Amino acid sequence: MAARQIRILAVASGGGHWVQLLRLRPAWVGCEVAYATVHPDSAVEVPGARFFSFRDASRKNKAAFAVVALQLFRAVAAVRPDVVVTTGSAPALLAVVFGRLFGARTLWIDSIANSEVMSSSGLRARRLAHQCLTQWPDLAADPVPRYWGAVL
Amino acid sequence: MFAFDRLVRAVDDWAAAHPAVPVLIQIGSGDYEPTTAAFVRMMPPAVYQQRIRDARLFVAHAGMGSIIAAIEAGKPLLMMPRRFDQGEHTTDHQFATLAKFAHRDGLHTATTIAELHGRIDALLADAGAPPAPIAPFASDELIGRVKAFIHGNDRG
Repeated sequence: MAARQIRILAVASGGGHWVQLLRLRPAWVGCEVAYATVHPDSAVEVPGARFFSFRDASRKNKAAFAVVALQLFRAVAAVRPDVVVTTGSAPALLAVVFGRLFGARTLWIDSIANSEVMSSSGLRARRLAHQCLTQWPDLAADPVPRYWGAVL
Repeated sequence: MFAFDRLVRAVDDWAAAHPAVPVLIQIGSGDYEPTTAAFVRMMPPAVYQQRIRDARLFVAHAGMGSIIAAIEAGKPLLMMPRRFDQGEHTTDHQFATLAKFAHRDGLHTATTIAELHGRIDALLADAGAPPAPIAPFASDELIGRVKAFIHGNDRG
C-alpha cells in the first residue's frame, strides 16, 4: 500500500510574505498542501488547495492576536499537517506553535526584505521552529538561522 | 498592512498638479482618501497584476510584494520606504530592502516627497530599462533544501 502524501500547511501574511511563499511551491510538489494567508482573494492563486484566511495582525495591533490565534488553531487542527512552512510574519509564529502541538515539523523562512537584521518574529522563530532560515548569507549564524538560498 | 497616508497624499498631490494623467491609488486601510486620483481600498490579485501591466508607472512602498510584482510584470517601479517613526511600519527594514534592491535596473527610489514628485515626472518622460526578469520560482538551492526538510532528509 502506498504511503499517504505528506501534508503541508503553508502559511504567510499578505503582500511580500505571500508572494515569497508562492515562489517556494516546487518544494512541495507531490504533497498535499493547504494554504493560510490574510486576503481571501489570494485563494485564486492556489486553485485546488485547501485555503484558510486569518486576520492581519502585528505588534501594533495586539488585540487582533486572539482572533488570529483562534483562526490559525482551527486551520492547523483541520489540516493536521506533517510540516508547517512559513515566510512570516508575526502571526505565523502561532502556526508554528500550534503545528508543533499537533506533531508537525516546522520551518521558518525569514522574508528577503529583512536584509540587515532578521525580523523580530524570525528571531523568536529560532527557538520555536525546528528549522529557521535567513535569505541573506551575512545573517546566518550557528546553529540558526541557516542560509539555504533565496526566493530571488 | 498599515496605512501609508504620506505616500497616498503625495501621489494625490501630484495627480492634482497633473490633471491630464490618470492616476489610480490602492489605499488599503489608510485614513486619507484621495481627492483627485481614483482610488480603491484593495484590488484582487488578478486586477492588481493587470493594472501594473497597463500602467505607465508603478509607484509603491518598498515592499517585496511590490518589487516582485513589478519584476514579474516587466514594469519599472518607483518605491518609497515606509518609516517606523511615522508609524508606517514596525521597523525601518524597508530602508534595508531599498539598499539591497535599488541597484537593479527598473527599480527606482525616493525617500522624500520632493524626490518622489521629481522621479514621477522623470520616469513618465523616460521610463528607462524595465527590471530584469527573474525565474518563476525560488532558487534551486532553496527549493531543494526545503524539499529535503519536508521529506525528513535534512539532518545537519
